[in-house]
Amino acid sequence: MKKWNLIVDVANCSNCNNCAMAVKDEYEGNVFPGYSLPQPRHGHHWVNILSRERGSGSLMDAAYLPTTCNQCDDAPCVAAATNGALYKRPDGIVMIDPARSKGQKQLVDACPYGHIWWNEELSVPQKYSFDAHLLDKGWKEPRISQVCASGCLSVVKCEDEEMLAKAKAEQLEGLRPELGTKPRVWYKNLYRFTKEHIASSVATVIGGLEEACVEAEVKLVRQGSVVAEQATNCFGDFKFDGLEPDSGEYAVRIKWRTIEKEFPLVLQKSVNLGVLRFES
Amino acid sequence: MAIIKPNVVERLAALELRIILACMAPFFRVAARRSESMRKMLAQMDFTIEIRLVDKSIARWFAFQGGVIRTGSDMAEKPDATLLIDSARDAVKLFVPWRSYMDMIHLMKNFRTDFEGDDRYVTHFMDIAGEAQFAFSKFGISRKDGCTRYVNNTNGGAVNVDVKDGKIVRISNLELTDEDAPAWTIEARGKKFTPPRRTSVASFTQALKSTIYSKDRLLYPMKRVDFDPNGERNPQYRGVSGYERISWDEALDLVAGEIKRVKREHGPGAILNSTGSHHTWGNLGYYLSARNRFFNIIGTTYAAHNPDSWEGWYWGAMHHWGNSVRLGMPDGYGTVEDCLKHCEMIVFWSSDPEATHGVYSAQEGTIRRQWAKELGIKFVHIDPFYNHTAQFMGGKWLAPRPDTGNALALAIAYVWMTEGTYDKWFVANRTTGFEEWQDYVLGKEDGVPKTPEWQEGESAIPARDVRSLAREWAKRKTYLAPGGRAGFGGACRNATGIEWARSMVYLAAMQGIGKPGVNIGNLEIGSPLDTRFYFPGYAEGGLSGDLHGTGEAQHLYQRMPHVVTMNTVQQTVPRLRIPEAIMNGEAAGHVMDGRTIEAQFKEAHFPAPGYSKIKMYYKYGGSHLSTMVDSNRFARMYQHEGLEFVVNQSIWFEGEAKFADVILPACTNFERWDIGETCSASGYSTHSFLSNNYRVITLQHKCIEPLGESKSDFEIFKQLASRLGMGAYFSEGTTELGWCKRLFDSTDLKQHISWKQILKKGYFVVPAPPVEKRDPVSWRWFYDGRPKDLPEVAPLPSDYAGKWREGLQTQSGKIEFVSSSLVRFAPDDPERPTMSRYIPSWEGHRSEAYKRFPLQLISPHARHTFHTMTDGKDSYVNDIADHRVLIDGWYYWIVRIHPEDAAKRDIRNNDLVEMHNDRGSVILAAQVTERIAQGTVHSYESSANYSPIGEPGRSPDRGGCVNVLTPSRSIIKRSHSMAANSCLVEIRRWQEEIKA
Repeated sequence: MKKWNLIVDVANCSNCNNCAMAVKDEYEGNVFPGYSLPQPRHGHHWVNILSRERGSGSLMDAAYLPTTCNQCDDAPCVAAATNGALYKRPDGIVMIDPARSKGQKQLVDACPYGHIWWNEELSVPQKYSFDAHLLDKGWKEPRISQVCASGCLSVVKCEDEEMLAKAKAEQLEGLRPELGTKPRVWYKNLYRFTKEHIASSVATVIGGLEEACVEAEVKLVRQGSVVAEQATNCFGDFKFDGLEPDSGEYAVRIKWRTIEKEFPLVLQKSVNLGVLRFES
Repeated sequence: MAIIKPNVVERLAALELRIILACMAPFFRVAARRSESMRKMLAQMDFTIEIRLVDKSIARWFAFQGGVIRTGSDMAEKPDATLLIDSARDAVKLFVPWRSYMDMIHLMKNFRTDFEGDDRYVTHFMDIAGEAQFAFSKFGISRKDGCTRYVNNTNGGAVNVDVKDGKIVRISNLELTDEDAPAWTIEARGKKFTPPRRTSVASFTQALKSTIYSKDRLLYPMKRVDFDPNGERNPQYRGVSGYERISWDEALDLVAGEIKRVKREHGPGAILNSTGSHHTWGNLGYYLSARNRFFNIIGTTYAAHNPDSWEGWYWGAMHHWGNSVRLGMPDGYGTVEDCLKHCEMIVFWSSDPEATHGVYSAQEGTIRRQWAKELGIKFVHIDPFYNHTAQFMGGKWLAPRPDTGNALALAIAYVWMTEGTYDKWFVANRTTGFEEWQDYVLGKEDGVPKTPEWQEGESAIPARDVRSLAREWAKRKTYLAPGGRAGFGGACRNATGIEWARSMVYLAAMQGIGKPGVNIGNLEIGSPLDTRFYFPGYAEGGLSGDLHGTGEAQHLYQRMPHVVTMNTVQQTVPRLRIPEAIMNGEAAGHVMDGRTIEAQFKEAHFPAPGYSKIKMYYKYGGSHLSTMVDSNRFARMYQHEGLEFVVNQSIWFEGEAKFADVILPACTNFERWDIGETCSASGYSTHSFLSNNYRVITLQHKCIEPLGESKSDFEIFKQLASRLGMGAYFSEGTTELGWCKRLFDSTDLKQHISWKQILKKGYFVVPAPPVEKRDPVSWRWFYDGRPKDLPEVAPLPSDYAGKWREGLQTQSGKIEFVSSSLVRFAPDDPERPTMSRYIPSWEGHRSEAYKRFPLQLISPHARHTFHTMTDGKDSYVNDIADHRVLIDGWYYWIVRIHPEDAAKRDIRNNDLVEMHNDRGSVILAAQVTERIAQGTVHSYESSANYSPIGEPGRSPDRGGCVNVLTPSRSIIKRSHSMAANSCLVEIRRWQEEIKA
């Protein structure tokens, strides 16, 4: 059976919010009988875009993490529901039955990802249903990927084996795998949001003027061994990315012409070491 | 060949006319059976109209009563109106459905058709006839889910609109099909790039359903409770008092009555009209179309716009490279292909296309920039804010102090001059005045070499980085992107924007603009689309008939026969000086007119000799509060006793609408007919659709009925005109859908798609030209020394000093480092010297006020609202975390502040803060972020809410109008301009309680 999957490329999210707005457009004020009741105009974020800044100054970066119902295969919410209020469709989509779920506020806490929202006015739990009502009417994809213009959100409908192979080949990962929920939302370049970087600019003085050290050799050393290396760019900058948060002691070893220097540090969050200066 | 005698022709025509007239009533009845709107129209008024030839030889009357039509083939006893036609031949021309509009306006202009009696009945009769014509038309596509899919268009892309039971279910971007023209492909560096088969939308377009169905929609006409046109007018309570509902008849009678009264009592010019820009989409109902037509025919003092989004280009860059028709901004033909093929680095300088959407092109450019990334093109971002494009594209971020970009530009030039790394051939052969400027940059003239170290003291960018940037730029084929689409927004809108913009021209020249891979742009414009296919953009004025105030003369006036409209009032008020014009009775400002460089040297004074001061203000469209500098002035102005009457025609109850005496509720363009192309401006921004991946022309369906009692702007203007006896002149007897057809017929569309087809489907994609017919690249002709080969009539022929198309618009025909136009006009102007110099900002880090207000506010165009059009209004965008923050039940606008500046003030994330200076104060939510340089704060302009917590114009605003803080001073005296991005402020935690 082919099932739906959502792929989120974190490197391609610019926080444009088209997906979030499309979901509001689709559900606010609309009843889709058997599928969903209207979403309240404000307060629900069925697509919730989280943001994170890393580092500082000229070498900072920022990333966004669009999150939504993970359509989990082992969904804690389905287990927590009584009366068949939540169910898994054969195509992988987790549905909340708007009639059966009435009053079941406990379902909000059942989702470890915080993606079930309580509709106070209608007294129902709600979430993003992958636009099942549209897919059932022949739409080729849900609105969140249809409106994404930056290549961040895409969908795949395929056999699970095929998806697992794709995930492996493209290094896709689910959020919080330790929960064992088997999410159907896959993230690419997640390190942009979850990992850390060490960055800096290397400079020297030539003829009394400060100049960038271009193409200096920079090595990242951990526990005595080199874990990564790169050359500084035209601004004398380097940035090692994908490092674990709070991962402890590192050293940055820089070779500029004949001089080699080592700068030790303890990594907690992403850091800009500032200007590292060499004598000319 | 037999000659048919004239009397035979006339006799045949008489027969034909009798048949046509006899068929009319049955036709109306059949149409009424088919169409509900037709039934409504028939029932709307009871009246008798007579149609007859002037000599009374043929006549027929029609009586409408309670929706029933009676008719007779003779003269009416007591008609409410009579339509007169000169001859049967003329009448036939007028009444056949396939009439030639050229014939029709010819008859009108020569009084061969005329009317007697009440204009309202004539106009309504013509509307009935027009409506009947389309009663059998089909539009929209039925969908499986029971919806009908219509098409409309917006500032942020074309959209499908799914409607069920008269209500909009969803609004979504277009998916193209095999029926639509295929995409283009660019081959570059061994790769092929083709855009996806869909169009994109901006977030604010995706949120439009919530602004259409908004609790802030004006659903019926209203009058301020303490405004009595025959008694106390109480102007002091404008912006304070509430409103009561009135009928359309009351409202229209009142407004029409005031128009007549102020003209009679005060003379011409007493009525001021001003409009916000782009609050709807479509060529016909637009602010440059129906509005101009109406105000031209009633005689109006217009607010003259400043070049609000491109100040520095207009007042500065234009003097060095011409481009006056584009208001000083660059063109961008063919640059997508050239950039992808040859460019190695793009310098985004005050340029955030991911947030500013190429003005109207949604996210069309995003994919093209991703291709650049894929090709390994490098990026540099110069902006005090780590903007969304920098976040998305990556690359080096350099954050100058606001207002100091020109120091950085001069230092880059300094490095190139001292290291000899500029295009010396180009400078010698294609420019003038370089040596003089070089002497200034090197310090030979003033003793101050403009070194990277010197600039560091101004911009705070490390000298080291400037040298690196200058060298990399000289080494690599580089595209310079100054401003959002190149040429819009950002640094051109500050106190040094004129100097900055002209330095951008210089830097482009020094690297030989026009050679492969070296040009202006950021892939936001320059797609290989068809520029030879004619369809007008909004600036061509639609049905305005306004040859003076729009670009109609360019094409549309010839293409779509319609009657010209001419405003007789030779007086304007500079828009930024409206408050002064009303409160002090005097104002002045230089003119924005792109016909030639020298037009801007003229200063217009208010009042113009012999004209009245402003007694009535007819405000239309989007709000000036929040988009115009020192906004509190506008609030205070409304309470001035000299302003006798204020009417506001608005879609929403917000901003300035809350200061009116009478409010006329307009509907959105989803509730009326229109026709327009995505991202097409024409006029001052010819071929702006090159920002798109497809040319998408839409027949903008009337998707739903106007909400409540709201009406289309066209309808409101028509009914007012009718009360002044000019309804027929205003509408030319054509309905809004009829005008769509007239415009359709004027374009190249009809060679590709039938009216019936486009009416049903709603859009047409203009095929992209084959590779060999693509437009050349901008500036290549200039670089090569050939005649200009780009498809624009700019400069105008008389502005060439040599042969047509040879050289630029400047006097020398070259890029001028020392401007000949400024040498001629004001060579000693210290505010705008004849060449770019570093002039410290008059509201910057060297100003006296900096001691008290040590933070520099930049307020760029917002990302999630187009002007004030999508913000507020209970819109979905309020839920975007980076747009507004909900605190204690109120959605606060955001100010972005560096962590150290925040710490100094004990401000934490999401704290309420008061940002203030001597001009005003705004209560905002703080976003503490590394993304803004220390010493600078960032908050978008264009909040739709203006919510003073006390007296309007004199108390803190918690709506988020940061423009209450910006200076009203023009960048330079010899201009009419704003420096919104030069604004000194201080911020403190807000700890007072706010009464709801």
